[in-house]
Amino acid sequence: MPEGKLCNRTPVNTQEDLETLLADKGGKQYYAEMLELDVDKAKLATSLKNTCKSRIRTWLEICAHCGLCADSCFLYLCNNRDPKQVPAYKIQSTLGEIVKRNGDVDNEFMRHAMEVSWSQCTCCNRCGQYCPYGIDMGVMFSYTRGLLYSQGFVPWELKIGSGMHRVFKAQMNVTDEDWTETCEWMAEEAQDEWPGLEIPIDKENADVMYTVNAREPKHYPEDISEAAVLFHVAGENWTVPSSGWEQTSLSLFAGDWEACKMQVEHVYSAIERLNPKCAVGTECGHAHRATVIEGPYWAGRTDGLPPKPYLHYTEWLAQALRTGKIKIDPAKKIKQLVTLQDSCNYIRNYGLKEITREILSYIVEPGYFVEMSPNKEHNYCCGGGGGFNGVGMFRPQRNRALMVKRDQILATGAKLVIAPCHNCWDAIRDLEEEFKIGIKWSFLKPLIIHMMIVPEHLKPQEEEE
Amino acid sequence: MYALITGPLLWLTFAVFFGGLAWRVYTYIKGLDWKLDRVAYATQREAGIRGALRSIAAWIVPFGSQGWRVKPIFTILFFCFHIGLVVVPIFLAGHAVIFKMRFGIGWPTIPMALADALTIIMIGAGVGILIRRVALPEVRIVTSLYDYLLLVITVAPFVTGFMAVHQIGADYEFWLLAHVLTGEIMLLAVPFTKLFHVVGFFLSRGQLGMDYGIKRGGLKGSPMAW
Ligand code: HEM
Ligand code: HEM
Ligand code: SF4
Ligand code: SF4
Ligand code: SF4
Repeated sequence: MPEGKLCNRTPVNTQEDLETLLADKGGKQYYAEMLELDVDKAKLATSLKNTCKSRIRTWLEICAHCGLCADSCFLYLCNNRDPKQVPAYKIQSTLGEIVKRNGDVDNEFMRHAMEVSWSQCTCCNRCGQYCPYGIDMGVMFSYTRGLLYSQGFVPWELKIGSGMHRVFKAQMNVTDEDWTETCEWMAEEAQDEWPGLEIPIDKENADVMYTVNAREPKHYPEDISEAAVLFHVAGENWTVPSSGWEQTSLSLFAGDWEACKMQVEHVYSAIERLNPKCAVGTECGHAHRATVIEGPYWAGRTDGLPPKPYLHYTEWLAQALRTGKIKIDPAKKIKQLVTLQDSCNYIRNYGLKEITREILSYIVEPGYFVEMSPNKEHNYCCGGGGGFNGVGMFRPQRNRALMVKRDQILATGAKLVIAPCHNCWDAIRDLEEEFKIGIKWSFLKPLIIHMMIVPEHLKPQEEEE
Repeated sequence: MYALITGPLLWLTFAVFFGGLAWRVYTYIKGLDWKLDRVAYATQREAGIRGALRSIAAWIVPFGSQGWRVKPIFTILFFCFHIGLVVVPIFLAGHAVIFKMRFGIGWPTIPMALADALTIIMIGAGVGILIRRVALPEVRIVTSLYDYLLLVITVAPFVTGFMAVHQIGADYEFWLLAHVLTGEIMLLAVPFTKLFHVVGFFLSRGQLGMDYGIKRGGLKGSPMAW
């Protein structure tokens, strides 16, 4: 069979197709069709010719086969040092072969490459730090995913995820109406406790335009109200766009570059429409990667920067605490051992290591913050990055992958893990569910809300009634 | 025979070596694509150059990077291997004299005893690297005949050169001939194999350094702690 009804080389572009795909529970038919999916070898060869340039070709060719990258990969470590998990081996036996054979590979090979690309690499980029030549297998696996996606060999959930972006401009079926309604609802709810609190929608020329992860309106609307409370208390002149509010990109995990471009351009057009001084994104790692780090390139911006300065939530928060816009009650500072998850996406790959630590210096009593080892840009992936959390087929592998983070956390002795990244947060929640090590985990927003000093004039005045 | 391999063949070798490496550098840089690589090489040049230099510096100095520090034994083997590899051929009196004779250009040379020591250390490190390749499963899985062959090609001129100088096994003529031939084979292999890392190391490290310097945090003022 050349192409299946569900499993094929065509991206999902309509709501009907999306629903058909979703109706195939667990991707049963989808994966059955994948067994028969032909490889369009000519197309693959053309893709290689057009997109596989000197950087990647040199990486593949220059590799000294020295194995220094082995220990750098957390998946190698947690799989009993299985040589098949050595980053250089993983990439040479997948992308390396595709390039060597100039695309002349078969269905079985592609399915194997899919398994390696999505279950043996989270694109955390740590190996690139440990290779003497700076060969970055994370970058290459992301590239490989793009090739596989274009041939239809992509996990079911991610085909859906990138389809969501194409249809809804969001990673989940949240429409702009759903979004603005959620904002209004959250503002209303919060107003009892926070008189005067607003979630201003589409306000032009604000100081801050705030963007989120679609999971927030869908599953954790309190995250939006927490953000609103903090902006309110900080006295920030802020807004959210009615459209272009979704900052994440499952298409990045899927390797659907066309959808990545569409998604980020949608956010940038909101920036251009509302003309804020800067944009601030929520506590999410890959959302930041997608809109701030890689996004400018998808959108073809030659300076490699978003149209306006675009801060990660931690950057905004650090600034608010530094300048006293938000003040912490010293009595409420954290007085238990606490550790911090450094997200690959904005620590290793965006250099915010000192920013998160600055925040901790304001909210944790001295002596109670314990670093993981290794940490900062050398930290290990949480275990669920790159889409790993969301792929049902690779759940057992993902659960195993959590062991490295589990051991890192256990070694700190901390019972509280601060994880300012949606993906890391999920992985750490799953880790607790899986291994029951008795920890709590948290974003920054709820912690700050509990320990900040609320200025008198912002408190509800009900006593006087 | 000797006249041929130290005459025309030697010049041919040098031409291929330098020409090939120049071609490597040219095609590498030409093939960089800011949009596909997602690195604004041209518009953020200053941050890029800073990142590239930091990245190269961290890895060219023994124990200069985290990667070297976590692998002390390999790091020592590696630098012993490469210091001999780079210093001996260039600064050996017996080599410099050839250039002096042919072109009249001369440069400082190292004492023979030092050359001997570096040669022995280099060969020893080469053996260490070979043993490591066989012994460690994570290295074995990425190793093929190609890697052994290149290791032999790289070490061979050192063994033969040493034999010639010390006239071990009697026949100086034979060893010298073998030495020059193996030396030429090595030089010829460089542009066409992973040995092109003679220049490729700087290109590839520089590129990742630019990536980090421009896109992945360099502009945030907290550069990568390699
Ligand atoms: C890049 C590859 C080469 C390497 C690594 C190399 C290395 C060496 C070494 C290690 C020695 C012995 C030094 C000692 O033990 O003290 C040596 C000697 C020598 N090499 Fe090379 N060599 C190379 C290429 C060549 C080439 C292409 C020629 C030919 C023109 C050449 C000519 C000689 C000569 C004439 C000696 C003997 C020096 C003496 O008697 O003092 N080498 N070389
Ligand atoms: C005369 C030129 C050179 C030759 C023939 C050479 C040869 C080699 C060989 C054979 C290896 C593989 C070792 C193994 O089997 O594990 C190697 C590795 C390596 N070389 Fe060179 N090398 C040369 C110059 C350089 C230079 C100038 C640099 C840059 C400073 C360099 C950097 C490296 C690196 C980074 C590795 C890979 C990692 C490793 O195996 O440790 N080499 N080289
Ligand atoms: S560390 Fe780099 S050169 Fe060595 S095997 Fe891994 S990818 Fe190849
Ligand atoms: S990017 Fe991360 S997960 Fe992927 S091979 Fe490298 S170290 Fe392993
Ligand atoms: S979820 Fe967090 S730690 Fe895991 S890969 Fe993503 S950013 Fe890195």
